[in-house]
Amino acid sequence: MPQYPNRQFLDFEQPIKTLYEEREKLKQSAEKSKIDLTDGINKIEEAIIGQRRDITEHLTPWQRVQLSRHPDRPYTLKYISKIFTNFVELYGDRNVKDDKAMVGGFAQLDGETIMVIGQQKGINTKTRQLRNFGMANPEGYRKALRLMRLAEKFNKPVITFVDTPGAYPGLEAEERGQGEAIARNIYEMIRLKVPIIIVIIGEGASGGAFGIGVGDKTLMMENTWYTVISPESCSSILWRTWEKKEIAAEQLRLTATDMKGFGLVDEIVPEPLGGAHWDYDEAAEKLKVSIKNALAEIKIAEPNKRVSNRIEKYGNMGFWDEIVEEEVENIQ
Amino acid sequence: MRKEREEDVEINLTGEETPSSSNDVKPKWYKRIRKGITTSTADKKETPEGLWSKCPECNYISTTTELREGLYVCPKCNYHHRIGSEEYFDIIFDDKEYEVLFDNIKSKDFLNFTDLKNYQKRLDDIHAKTDLKDSMRVGVGKAKGEGLVVACMDFEFIGGSLGSVMGEKFSRAVDYCIAHKLPFIVISKSGGARMMESAFSLMQLAKTSGKLSQLSDAQLPYISILTDPTFGGISASFGMLGDLNIAEPGALIGFAGPRVIKETIKRDLPEGFQRSEFLLDHGFLDFIIDRKNMKEKLAQLVMLFRS
Repeated sequence: MPQYPNRQFLDFEQPIKTLYEEREKLKQSAEKSKIDLTDGINKIEEAIIGQRRDITEHLTPWQRVQLSRHPDRPYTLKYISKIFTNFVELYGDRNVKDDKAMVGGFAQLDGETIMVIGQQKGINTKTRQLRNFGMANPEGYRKALRLMRLAEKFNKPVITFVDTPGAYPGLEAEERGQGEAIARNIYEMIRLKVPIIIVIIGEGASGGAFGIGVGDKTLMMENTWYTVISPESCSSILWRTWEKKEIAAEQLRLTATDMKGFGLVDEIVPEPLGGAHWDYDEAAEKLKVSIKNALAEIKIAEPNKRVSNRIEKYGNMGFWDEIVEEEVENIQ
Repeated sequence: MRKEREEDVEINLTGEETPSSSNDVKPKWYKRIRKGITTSTADKKETPEGLWSKCPECNYISTTTELREGLYVCPKCNYHHRIGSEEYFDIIFDDKEYEVLFDNIKSKDFLNFTDLKNYQKRLDDIHAKTDLKDSMRVGVGKAKGEGLVVACMDFEFIGGSLGSVMGEKFSRAVDYCIAHKLPFIVISKSGGARMMESAFSLMQLAKTSGKLSQLSDAQLPYISILTDPTFGGISASFGMLGDLNIAEPGALIGFAGPRVIKETIKRDLPEGFQRSEFLLDHGFLDFIIDRKNMKEKLAQLVMLFRS
């Protein structure tokens, strides 16, 4: 987490900002007057933890969306550096170019070689532009697919980190077949012989997320969202105004708890109090435990069985009424 | 020159009529003194509803009979009018004979999703209006003697949006194809995923891909026909995954809608952007086919795959 005063605070984190400022003042006066103010500082630290706990307990769906986009939140490369060793980043889709919004490469998870792939956001204005705000173009999805095939060839599991506000809606993206690129990935990921673990670490926006989001197990971090459209766009289309994003966020049932409840994701990964941005090490540690458990579980299956399980898993998703002669309701 | 139709593809996903632009406040150069229409209607000539149809492209006026006989293609400019599954089935299947499959599956409001209208209410209203149960119907029959299964979308039903029911019908249609060794044709016409089913609609992308994978293993052909318009979740899944991808002329096809792209890149889009011809040029279609040749071509392709 960036040190104060570079720390950024969301609107509902303002009480913590005030505490930070108080602590800073106290630290400065302690230095100036050489008086021991440790007690006071410790009290403020406790208050900060209290506030973090308080925030965690009262998060609305929209606030979780905000947390998933927190400017200080750890991104894919951060998790890779904290969870894996020997990361070798690989570039390019072998067709058009290298998409900086999508990163990937081989790395080791406690000695085992894994292919890690994920969307990457920038941490300042310059890198945000470079990373295109985590919005991949078709070449990003094709790069991801190239790496997944490479993993399959050498029988290495794939782990993807999903964090995107969506696939990039640009002119060139359409020319190069954004739809086709995502469709191809979804199709190939369903068939890939090696284990695939998906982790939603931030924003899980629709096709852009799903383009690297099909696998044997999907883990969702506590303060993330995952659904078919961003709450803002949903509000603009269904309510015809940008102002209903909070309501849209509620209606879409996009939180980890909802998604786990529907059986659309397999596990919720806990985050540090108040969100992953409070402690990168703690967040990465918790995620590592979940990834290792999930991997151990799915590695057991024989490859063809794994693929058929995957097809069956997604095949069971959905709800409908089936009208039989006697009008019996069949809820799937 | 093709007139560019400005259209908000996503707005169709609400299943409402396109909102009129009357809310745009423009300075008025006249003043209305009396409200309402006061002209006498006694002399008004009564014209039966729906006898004439105007082409949205070239404004050519034809009788509906003429239009129907021409498979809903403008006789003057070849504009392909939007039609539903009923019309496509009649066009493709021999003697308009076919069996509708899996018609007993209906959408339901599992999430209790309410925007300006409750989802269940929306479903019921559209059902009452169109008699459709959802945005896809599946038919099995023969085209020039070749047996095939056709799954066709109905744009009238919440913009042909992809939800659980479409995913399930698609899956069962694939199972049917595998069981009866038949080729699978999908005619797409959709604004994308159905927001009122939230993440469940997104998961249909993987569900349908999984079934296509099984169809592929059974070595049965899958032909994707894209018609105006095809966007979002459809183009990001089975729409683009055909062994052959075919489109009707002039159809608007893409991942992101033109309005969103325009807002993102902040400049005008080139003429013909995201039209079938544009996709063909960029290598995403095998060919473009006029509606009047569709049946014959499908039969020919099925024959080539089979023999």
